[in-house]
Amino acid sequence: MVPADLRFTKEHEWVRVEGDEAVVGITEFAAHQLGDVVFVELPAVGRTLAQHATFGVVESVKAVSDLFAPVSGDVVAANDALGGQPELVNSDPYGEGWMLRVKLADAAQVDGLLDAAAYEQLTAEA
Amino acid sequence: MSVVGEKLQPTIFELSRPGRGGGKIPHPAPGALDRVPASARRATPAALPELAESEVVRHFVNLSALNYSVDAGFYPLGSCTMKYNPKLNEWAARLPGFAGLHPLAPAAAAQGTLQMLWELEAMLAEVSGMAAVTLQPAAGAQGELTGILMVRAYHRSRGDLERTEVLVPDSSHGTNPATASMAGFKTVTIPSAPDGGVDVEAFRAALGPRTAAIMITNPSTLGLFEARVGELLQATHAAGALAYMDGANLNAILGRFRPGEAGFDVMHFNVHKTFSTPHGGGGPGAGPVGVREVLVPFLPSPRVVREADGSFRLERDGERPTSIGRVRSFFGSTGVLVRAYAYLRAHGTALREVSDDAVLAANYMKARLAGTYHVPFERACKHEFVASASEIKHRTGVRTLDIAKRLIDKGYHPPTIYFPLTVEEGMLIEPTETESLETIDRFVDALIEIAREAETDPEIVTSAPHDAPVRRLDEATAARQPNLRWRGMTGAERPCGN
Amino acid sequence: MPYGPHGADDRARMLETIGVDSVDRLFDDIPEALRAGPLRLDPPEPELELSARLTGLAARNRTDLASFLGAGAYRHWTPAAVDQMLIRGEWYTAYTPYQPEISQGTLQSIYEYQSLLAELTAMDVVSASHYDGGAATAEAALMTCRATGRGRILVSRGVHPHYRQTLQTYADGAGLLVDDVPLSAEGTTDLAALEAMLADGTPVAGVLAANPNLLGLLEDLPRVGGLAHRAGALFVHVIEPVSLAVLATPGETGADIACGEGQPLGIPLQYGGPYLGIVACKEPLVRQIPGRLVGLTRDVDGKRAFVMTMRAREQDIRRERAASNICTNQALLALAAAIYLAAIGPHGLRDVAALGAQRASELELALAAAGAPRLHAGPYLNEFAVRVPSARAVHARLLDRGVLAGIPLADLVPDDPSLADGLLVCATEVTTPAEIAAFADALRAELAGGVA
Repeated sequence: MVPADLRFTKEHEWVRVEGDEAVVGITEFAAHQLGDVVFVELPAVGRTLAQHATFGVVESVKAVSDLFAPVSGDVVAANDALGGQPELVNSDPYGEGWMLRVKLADAAQVDGLLDAAAYEQLTAEA
Repeated sequence: MSVVGEKLQPTIFELSRPGRGGGKIPHPAPGALDRVPASARRATPAALPELAESEVVRHFVNLSALNYSVDAGFYPLGSCTMKYNPKLNEWAARLPGFAGLHPLAPAAAAQGTLQMLWELEAMLAEVSGMAAVTLQPAAGAQGELTGILMVRAYHRSRGDLERTEVLVPDSSHGTNPATASMAGFKTVTIPSAPDGGVDVEAFRAALGPRTAAIMITNPSTLGLFEARVGELLQATHAAGALAYMDGANLNAILGRFRPGEAGFDVMHFNVHKTFSTPHGGGGPGAGPVGVREVLVPFLPSPRVVREADGSFRLERDGERPTSIGRVRSFFGSTGVLVRAYAYLRAHGTALREVSDDAVLAANYMKARLAGTYHVPFERACKHEFVASASEIKHRTGVRTLDIAKRLIDKGYHPPTIYFPLTVEEGMLIEPTETESLETIDRFVDALIEIAREAETDPEIVTSAPHDAPVRRLDEATAARQPNLRWRGMTGAERPCGN
Repeated sequence: MPYGPHGADDRARMLETIGVDSVDRLFDDIPEALRAGPLRLDPPEPELELSARLTGLAARNRTDLASFLGAGAYRHWTPAAVDQMLIRGEWYTAYTPYQPEISQGTLQSIYEYQSLLAELTAMDVVSASHYDGGAATAEAALMTCRATGRGRILVSRGVHPHYRQTLQTYADGAGLLVDDVPLSAEGTTDLAALEAMLADGTPVAGVLAANPNLLGLLEDLPRVGGLAHRAGALFVHVIEPVSLAVLATPGETGADIACGEGQPLGIPLQYGGPYLGIVACKEPLVRQIPGRLVGLTRDVDGKRAFVMTMRAREQDIRRERAASNICTNQALLALAAAIYLAAIGPHGLRDVAALGAQRASELELALAAAGAPRLHAGPYLNEFAVRVPSARAVHARLLDRGVLAGIPLADLVPDDPSLADGLLVCATEVTTPAEIAAFADALRAELAGGVA
C-alpha cells in the first residue's frame, strides 16, 4: 500500500511535506525492484538541489540507480543512519529509510507531483 | 557429482605459526642495512604468515580444488570463450629465454621475442583485415581505451574538436560505455531492434557532427551477426565518425569476416578468449588493437620496428610524436602473447575451422534446447546464443539464477546469466569448439532435466546448489559491512631476524 | 584442427539436428560482399615442429648475461613451489568468480592477496589487481581527482617514466592536468618546487612520489605527504613491494593511496608482462578504489565464504558512470604474489631486501674502484646511478663482454640532460659476487681503453 499523504515522482521518489520542508525517500516499489540496498550516497547538508536533477545514488548488490530531486531546495538534513544501515531503505522505506530533508524553494512544485492513486497506477503498469 | 572439492580452507593467516618456513634465501651479513637511515625504515614488521613449504603447498592445492575450471569440466560461460587452453602454450611461456627476458633488455639481447611479436602482429592483422596492430594493451578493456583514445587523436588531428559523443547499443558490454567516459566522451545508448540486432535507423538518427565513434560488438552480445553492418558502417563514415568493433566475439568469425576489410576502423582482440590464453581466475588477458591505415600514426608506443637488415627493435621514446603515448609500462603482456602466438601457429589456415566448429556446436545446442527453453532469436546464431527461462519462471517461479545454481549440482559451470539485460531471464551459452559432442549432449540433457525439476520439484532447484563447497552466499551483508582483509594478525608482535 | 574433438560423423549429426546441409549455411547472414577470402597464414604446425620453432625463438634471446638491470622490473629468486602451484589448471583455466559456490579457491586466494598486501603496505584496502605499475599509478591518480573533485595531479619525476607517461595518456582522456615535479640536484623530489606548485593557484587533487625513486634513492615521503595534505591534496606513495619488508610503508608515510608494480613478488620478467598492478588505500577512500574487491561473508548455512563485493561500482553494472572500465584483471598474478609471500615468509622477504642491499653495497664499491662513482650521495636500497662518460657506448660494449650494465639514463629519461652520463644499476639477492667482479673488470677495461 502506498501512503496516501505522500507525493511521488515517476522515478519512484516520495515527498512528505512538513511545514516549509520536504522529507524525501524512495518508494517501497523502487526498494523492492533494486533488491537488497547496500549503499546510499547522499548530498551534504547545505547543498542546493534543482528539481529533476540527480542528487545521489542508491546501490543494491547487483544494481545501481540515480536519485532525482522531486523538488528544488537546500538540503537541511540527510539521514546519516543509512551510512551504517542502508537496509532501512528496504525495511522501512517511508519511515526510517528516509533520505533527505529539503527546505522547499517552491512549494507549488509539490502540487505537480503524482498523488498516491496516480503513483499506484504507474507501478501497476510496470 | 560435483567436480569441486569440499574441503574449505582456513586462511593462510590462521595456519601461521611463529618460526616456521625459511631456507629459501641466504642470510645477509649483519649490518647489511646499516646504511639505510632509521627514519627511512619500516617501524613495525609486516605481519605476514609463517608456514613450512609443505603447508603452503597443501593450502594452495586444497584451495585450488574448490574451483571449477575448464580443465575439470564444461564451462559454457557466454561472452567469455572458455575454450581448452593447450598445454604447449604454458610450456612455451616458461622457456627461460622468454620468461627470463628483462623488458628493458637491449634489442640485441631480445631478438627472439621481438621477432615473435612482429610475426604475431602480422598474423593478427591478417585475421582482422587491419593495416597494423599494437600488442601493448593489457586486456580487452584497455584495448578499448587505446582504440577510443586513437579515435579522439584522429579527430583532433583534423582540427575537428566538436565530436564529443560515442554511440553504443544497449546490449553492449559495460566496458564500452565505461571506456567512452574514461576517454572523455559522452555515451549515447541506442536501443536494440526487436530482432536483436542493432537498430540501424536509430543509429542513423543519432549519428551527426558530434559523433566521434560507434562501438559495436559483432557478432553481438546475443550471439547474432549484425546483418546490416555494411549499412551501419557506411552511415557512420558518411557522418565523419569512426567505427570501433569490440572483438570479444571474434571466435565466431575467424576466416569468415575480417572487420578491417569490411570497414571497421579499429578493433580489439581478447587473446584469452579467441586465442586460448588462460583466463587465470579473472586474468591476465591481453588486448591487442588493430587499426586501419588512418589510425596507424596514433598507435600507442612503443611499436616493434623492423630494421633494413632484418633485425628488430622497439621504438624509442618520442620517435613517433603522433602517438597517443603509453597505455602501460614496458612493452606489454608478452608472456600472454607467447601463448597466443603458439596458438595461432598451431592453427594457421585452420583458424576458420575453429569458428566453424564453435558455431556448429552453438547452433546444435540451440536446436536441442529449443523445445524446452524459450529461444528468443530463431535465426542461426554464431558461437553463442541466448536461451530464456522466462516461460518456466512464469509457470513455476523458478528463475534463471536457480537453474544456474542447479547446474552446479549436475557438475557444470553455469552459462552467463542476466546478460545482455535486453532478454528477460536470459542465459548466454557458449560451448566453444573444443567440447566433444558427448559433453555437449550431457549438458543439454542436464538443462532439460532441470526444466523438468522446475515443474515437479521446484524446491530442489530454488535451493540449489546442494553439492558445492558452500551454498548461496549473503552478498548483501558482504557489501554493507565489507570485510576486505584478514585482521587477525594486525598488531601482533612478530620478531624479525637480523 | 589441433585441439578440436569433432570428427566428420559428429559434424554430420549436429548439422542434421540443426536441419542444414552444410556449416556454410550458418554463415549466410554475413553479407556476401563482406565475406572474407582465404586466410593468408601458414598451414597448421604440428606440436613437434612448433615446439622446435618456439625453442629456437626463445634461444635467440640472451638471458645468460650478468644482469644489473632493474628500473622497474627486478630479477628475484622465486621458490619452486610458486610455479608448481600456479600451473594447476584449477587456477589458470577458471575465470572471474561469478559463481562463488564453485569459485571459493580463486575468491579466497584473492582475499588472502588483499590481506597480505594490506599487511605489507600497512593500508586498509587493496584492490584485487590492476594491469601493471603504470596502469595502477594512473588509476591511483584518477582516484585522487574523484575523491577531491579537483582536476590537477602533481607527479614527481622520481616516479618511473613509463608510469608518468601512462598517467599522461589516461589524464588526457579524462581531461585532467598533470604537472611534473622536478628532481633536485640530489636526485630526489624538489620539495621547494613542490611547495611552490601546490601554492600556484590551480587546486591539486593528488601528489605522487615513489620510494625508492626512479634513481633508487630514498625520498622523504612524510614531508612530501605533509605538503600535499596542507594544500588539501591526497598523497599517493608509489611502492616497490619487496622493499617494504624494510622501508617505511605507505601507512607510515601518511599516504592516502599506495600503488605500484607487484612483479618482484614471484612474477617472471617475461619482457614486460603479465605483471601485477597494486592499488591500495585508506578506509575512507574505499568507494573510490577501482577494480574488483573480494570480501568475507557467510553462506545460508553460516559457513564462512568469500564473494566479489561492492560490485555496483564496476563497469558491468555502472556502465558509463563506472570509476574505471577494468574488467579482466591480473588475478593469476595476484595469486602468484600470494603464494610467493606465503612461501618466502616475513623473514625470507626481509632477507631478500637486505641481501639485495648488501650486494648493492658491494657493487657500489666495485664500480667506484673501477672508475664509476655514484651520481648522487643520498641513501639508497639496492639500485643507484653511477657516472660513466659516454654511458650509452660503454653500455653497448659491455654487452659484448657478457654484462648487461643496467640501463643508460639517457635511454630511460632522455628529457633530463643532467643524467646523460648515468648508468642505472641494481643488485638483488640473485646477484653474485662473481657477477659483480665481472662487471667491474669489464668496466675497468672499457674505461681504460677510452671511448672508441
